[in-house]
Amino acid sequence: MKTDIILSGVGGQGILSIAAVIGEAALEEGLCMKQSEVHGMSQRGGDVQSNLRLSRRPVASDLIPLGQADLIISLEPMESLRYLPWLKREGWVVTNSQPYLNIPNYPGMENINAELDKLPHMIALDAEEIAKEAGTARVANMVILGAAARFICIEYGKIEEGVRRVFRRKGEDVVALNLKALRAGFDATMQIMT
Amino acid sequence: MGKYLFLGDEAIAQAAIDAGLSGVYAYPGTPSTEITEYIQASTVANGRGVHSRWSVNEKTALEAALGMSYAGKRALCCMKHVGLNVAADCFMNAAMSGINGGLIIVTADDPSMHSSQNEQDNRMFGNFAMIPMLEPSNQQEAYDMVYDGFDLSEKLGYPLLLRITTRMAHSRAGVEARPLKMQRPLSFPADGRQRFILLPANARRRFRALLKAQDAFTAESETSPYNAFFDAQDKGLGIIATGIAFNYVSENYPSGFEHPVLKICQYPLPRKQVEQFASMCSEILVVEEGFPVVEEQLKGFLGTGPVVHGRLDGTLPRDGELTPDIVAKALGKENAACYAVPQIVTPRPPALCTGCGHRDVYDALNEVAGSYEGAKVFSDIGCYTLGAMPPFHAIDSCIDMGASITMAKGAADAGLFPSICVIGDSTFTHSGMTGLLDCVNEKTPVTIIISDNETTAMTGGQDSAGTGRLEAICLGLGVEPEHLHVMIPLKKNYEDMKRVIRQEIEYRGVSVLIPRRECIQTLKRKHSTKK
Repeated sequence: MKTDIILSGVGGQGILSIAAVIGEAALEEGLCMKQSEVHGMSQRGGDVQSNLRLSRRPVASDLIPLGQADLIISLEPMESLRYLPWLKREGWVVTNSQPYLNIPNYPGMENINAELDKLPHMIALDAEEIAKEAGTARVANMVILGAAARFICIEYGKIEEGVRRVFRRKGEDVVALNLKALRAGFDATMQIMT
Repeated sequence: MGKYLFLGDEAIAQAAIDAGLSGVYAYPGTPSTEITEYIQASTVANGRGVHSRWSVNEKTALEAALGMSYAGKRALCCMKHVGLNVAADCFMNAAMSGINGGLIIVTADDPSMHSSQNEQDNRMFGNFAMIPMLEPSNQQEAYDMVYDGFDLSEKLGYPLLLRITTRMAHSRAGVEARPLKMQRPLSFPADGRQRFILLPANARRRFRALLKAQDAFTAESETSPYNAFFDAQDKGLGIIATGIAFNYVSENYPSGFEHPVLKICQYPLPRKQVEQFASMCSEILVVEEGFPVVEEQLKGFLGTGPVVHGRLDGTLPRDGELTPDIVAKALGKENAACYAVPQIVTPRPPALCTGCGHRDVYDALNEVAGSYEGAKVFSDIGCYTLGAMPPFHAIDSCIDMGASITMAKGAADAGLFPSICVIGDSTFTHSGMTGLLDCVNEKTPVTIIISDNETTAMTGGQDSAGTGRLEAICLGLGVEPEHLHVMIPLKKNYEDMKRVIRQEIEYRGVSVLIPRRECIQTLKRKHSTKK
């Protein structure tokens, strides 16, 4: 059993928090893992990604080979497309549908949506909107993680535990808010898939 | 003790604390920064009084670390790969004097230049200084190498170079920690003066001692748990994999190696194992992250012995970071993509943050400099290097830390007018101050802009050594008070800024302009912690 995940988005969107939550959950689940992050210059509003590999067996490479990712979790629609060469044929893409516009030549949304629609296993949802309903748009990253949770080889309850561990320092309110957003994302996927 | 999810950087930091560290010395630099930050935040380290304040640059850092070692305590010195160029003088000579308390120097190399201006492989530096080197293939090894490395350094009497790359520094995995050791007491080596005073007579003796020590270093490599041989059926090809490259080889053999593999994570090369390996295999493929260091050593000058493949003969690319896919290809396998990147996907390069003071500096500077034909702007290493990108296109150079001021000087000496430079506050104290003194001494016509955001921003907002004292530093170095101006880079001040910039360009001597406004990232963080 393994899940190879690519997390993508724009610097500052909260990819590293998603990675930290999955990491804690994987540790709780007793899985082997490697998770490669991008720090430094690219964090200044550039495209960022993280490779996360979970497995029952020891993980060798920190990087996922081409065509072998089970899942792309993206906080930005165009950024989800950037890593398609790593997705395996039957892999899933779970992405925020709302673009992050910080470049002058961002492609038209109709083109982005057309590309996303070509994928056999794709879920796009307005994470900001769902996050606002949960309390604040700042937890959009947890909405997306919740939406992707069923495709990760970790029990949902353990992912919740990961959220508790990562946000504990910031107080009970923050933990509750993030858990609510996680659940809202999870439910949104359930609704789409049933 | 227990199992933790650590970045490679954090594993190194925790191991150093657990091994009884007394001080870490470093200047921030991606991908090494998190080592020192981890120690700064550690309750155990703070409780034990472990020194962890940032140094002004890598040279001062390494010298201080060597001083702590001389005084008998364990010291760690961390830097990005190009930082070792700055610290090179001390580095080469620390190999001559040797150490007292254990000393580990961490170099975090950046193949593929994710955040750097070159991809130099500092294993070359390790070989140059002729000291033992360690290169972990995973986070647990990174921990163990540091935890046991201080003992090894003390046993051999020399500093160790621990070489990691970005992928190791910034990748997380589970790490088992070991028991906390006592710190070492103050002590001085009995033969301290003979070793640490590198007058020619001593230095000659020390160099012979270093040459003699090579056998001991090699013997350590030959018995190192980090160098390992894995046998396999097909000996037509043997694979030598170093450091993290070992993982990419393993990834390609999920059900066991098909060829013999020699994993090398400790240097100098384990001579015995390499010779045995070479005699057993008809051809050898060397897979290493960075330069063809091992490959060149195996090939030798005449290239006799078994055929060696690697980065030199094109089996692997000569530049760039390795990936499992690149290594697969070299092994005659192929990982294929199922989906292509759609053509509509456009690059999203990093950019200066919205609201950043550097933006206002460049907007004002561009307008004034644009009115002079032939104006050149020499810049430096930091967030403001992004002034090279659209919409600014404001700078003409970025070479190394501190180079902006001295390059502007050289160009002015050559007759360039106006010769302007832009440097950040932290880079200025790192290695710009000395160049300013050169300018002052010769009254060189240069216009120096120290774009001061009161932090080391690019690496995440670490303290900047000269905060609050830049004017005093400049005046102390001899800048004339009437040609030193502080301004606040905001749109409403544009007219004033442009007037002062123009006036100081027209002054045919040294001018220093300090536009000062706090980094908006550190400002935001302060606000959110106040809440």
